[in-house]
Amino acid sequence: MAAKRATTKSNVSGEELTRFYRDMLLIRRFEEKAGQLYGMGLIGGFCHLYIGQEAVVVGLESATEDGDKRITSYRDHGHMLACGMDANGVMAELTGRAGGYSKGKGGSMHMFSKEKHFYGGHGIVGAQVPLGAGLAFADKYNGNGRVTFTYFGDGAANQGQVYETFNMAALWDLPCIFVIENNQYAMGTAQARSTSSQDIYKRGEAFGIPGEMVDGMDVLAVKDASERAVKHCRSGKGPYILEIKTYRYRGHSMSDPAKYRTREEVQKMREERDPIENVRQLLLTGKHASEDDLKAIDKDIKAIVNASAEFAKESPLPDEAELWTDIYA
Amino acid sequence: MATEILMPALSPTMEEGTLAKWLVKEGDTVKSGDILAEIETDKATMEFEAVDEGVIGKILVAEGSEGVAVNTAIAILAEEGEDVSALEAAPAANAGTKTASTGGSEAAAPARAAPPEAPKPDLSPDWPEGTPMKTSTVREALRDAMAEEMRANESVYLMGEEVAEYQGAYKVSQGLLDEFGAKRIIDTPITEHGFAGIAVGAAFGGLNPIVEFMTFNFAMQAIDQIINSAAKTLYMSGGQMGAPMVFRGPNGAAARVGAQHSHDFAAWYAQIPGLKVAMPYSAADAKGLLKSAIRDPNPVIFLENEILYGRSFEVPAIDDFTIPFGKARIWREGSDVTIVSFGIGMQYALEAADKLAEDGISAEVIDLRTLRPIDYDTVIASVMKTNRCVTVEEGFPVGSIGNHLSATIMQRAFDYLDAPVINCAGKDVPMPYAANLEKLALVTTDEVVAAVKQVTYR
Repeated sequence: MAAKRATTKSNVSGEELTRFYRDMLLIRRFEEKAGQLYGMGLIGGFCHLYIGQEAVVVGLESATEDGDKRITSYRDHGHMLACGMDANGVMAELTGRAGGYSKGKGGSMHMFSKEKHFYGGHGIVGAQVPLGAGLAFADKYNGNGRVTFTYFGDGAANQGQVYETFNMAALWDLPCIFVIENNQYAMGTAQARSTSSQDIYKRGEAFGIPGEMVDGMDVLAVKDASERAVKHCRSGKGPYILEIKTYRYRGHSMSDPAKYRTREEVQKMREERDPIENVRQLLLTGKHASEDDLKAIDKDIKAIVNASAEFAKESPLPDEAELWTDIYA
Repeated sequence: MATEILMPALSPTMEEGTLAKWLVKEGDTVKSGDILAEIETDKATMEFEAVDEGVIGKILVAEGSEGVAVNTAIAILAEEGEDVSALEAAPAANAGTKTASTGGSEAAAPARAAPPEAPKPDLSPDWPEGTPMKTSTVREALRDAMAEEMRANESVYLMGEEVAEYQGAYKVSQGLLDEFGAKRIIDTPITEHGFAGIAVGAAFGGLNPIVEFMTFNFAMQAIDQIINSAAKTLYMSGGQMGAPMVFRGPNGAAARVGAQHSHDFAAWYAQIPGLKVAMPYSAADAKGLLKSAIRDPNPVIFLENEILYGRSFEVPAIDDFTIPFGKARIWREGSDVTIVSFGIGMQYALEAADKLAEDGISAEVIDLRTLRPIDYDTVIASVMKTNRCVTVEEGFPVGSIGNHLSATIMQRAFDYLDAPVINCAGKDVPMPYAANLEKLALVTTDEVVAAVKQVTYR
């Protein structure tokens, strides 16, 4: 990835920049807390953290309108926080408690919010891609002008159903933005070892779907790309592909020792390209915020995250009768 | 204020680990993300990162320590400038790991006593006496059901291979494109996995798709979307969203199409909580059940049969005729044996009953009609009356619907049985192509007759 710093070229106000900082920081602090609760045994099973990738969802969400939909796979905590879902409800789902978004029955990988148009949270790599196109299909059928953000990773990009979906999405002009979050490792397999041609955004060409590569460590670049994609989809021109180059700092899941990459590689990315630090510098150098302003935001976020952890610990286990509910509508 | 750094759980199964190496020492300043230590779990050696910033006050567990329980305090983190010399280890491990666990094993249901009395199944007629009838093929009945429901509800649409311009590979959707147009009758490319997933997503988004699989053999390409996405999402979302939709198409053996085109999936889908499953035999049931299926807020697997498509039956000529799920139909009352079947198996069951009558054996024949839910009560009540049971289906014999019914009968009516239940099923072989071998592989009327004679000791 080109070592390109965020610029102020993007049409962004200090207010919006501050919101990006706040939203990305919330995800990072939330995920750090989730990692800690996992370590304490309060979160079970698999837990995939979004740390490092924050600029992707925050940048994309900046171009959404009310009623637009989003769907992703199991690295989903960031998407939920970015679309306005409540941190308490997300954390309590991670701890498997009654106060979670799925009443404790879904867990980290399977969470939903009809109210916020978040359609999961899916555990099968790639399966969310046709599902996302289906959401877009429903919107087109209803003629409501909504678009769907369908997120998947560089690993999922090799699933066959992705290309079945590209074909039909293009054939039927579905208002679907395919967001490939390329964090460069499909679990432990580097992209070069799994993917024959490295530019995944070009894979829509065969279907006539325009695509572009975006620097996912730069929230302003993501915002700009998101606006282009939304404009394309909303005007009825069919699907759009954004390959967003990003990087996860943590392992694939909590139990990943991450021996497939060097500590230096991770450290370098953190020091030179961190999306949050990047915006922090823009805020300070652009005199949009003072150190004290940012400290106040940090304090706020810490309070939200700590409150969510408390809520997630205090919320009761689901009632045993819940075992037998929600199987049939 | 100083905080304890606890031994972390770093895998879903870790209870204790080895603190292999400290990468910080007392007095070091750390910030979020810094690596504190290497910890060996039951699976791998993991790096353990700091969450909070501060100064390492005291290291409580030396490197090289083995068997350190999760949640043991391993170090104390002080705030910048805090006096750490007085810090002591707090009492070890709290009960954090225990609070979230619920005992799984004690959840096993206690053995239930056999109910002493026969259940009282719903024996109400499917339509009022004196209802005018008309003759219809199963094919026409299915089409009429779809057309009626599409007229009534704008959100219902049909998608599948060759459903529109070709008028249906088996002509089930004949005429629908003309009436409803290309927006609602949609030809798909040959990509079952993809279009099944798109339909499930459309159902999440508020539509009521009918997905036609040219045959259910091809739905194996799509089964992940059917089960993992359609059937499980309502539960995984805590009831927030599900997939109100129908997957339909011909299922099971047709004739001479070999192993890959002859599979009966009834038992597979009937196993999945979250799905409903119908497998009609008659045209009236095909119509009434498909209309119910389209209105149902859950994903429904609707298993048709190519051989039955052209068969004619009497269908009630009334508006808005539906058959509820979970209500079996007694086709023929009898006193000596209960024959339970569904779908094309009913053909063998009914033919066998005719032959048996000639030998003076009175068979009661039950058509389950839906396999999820199953109308157990009608079966149990009948078996309590006849004391013998034979099941008939075309699918493979291992883990079949008949196996499941046998177990249920054993639990609920053991004392009423005068003979072991016999399951007539397809043979435990891939479907052969050769005419004579194919015949041998399928269940036959003669096998049903023989089974009944065995359980009636004739």
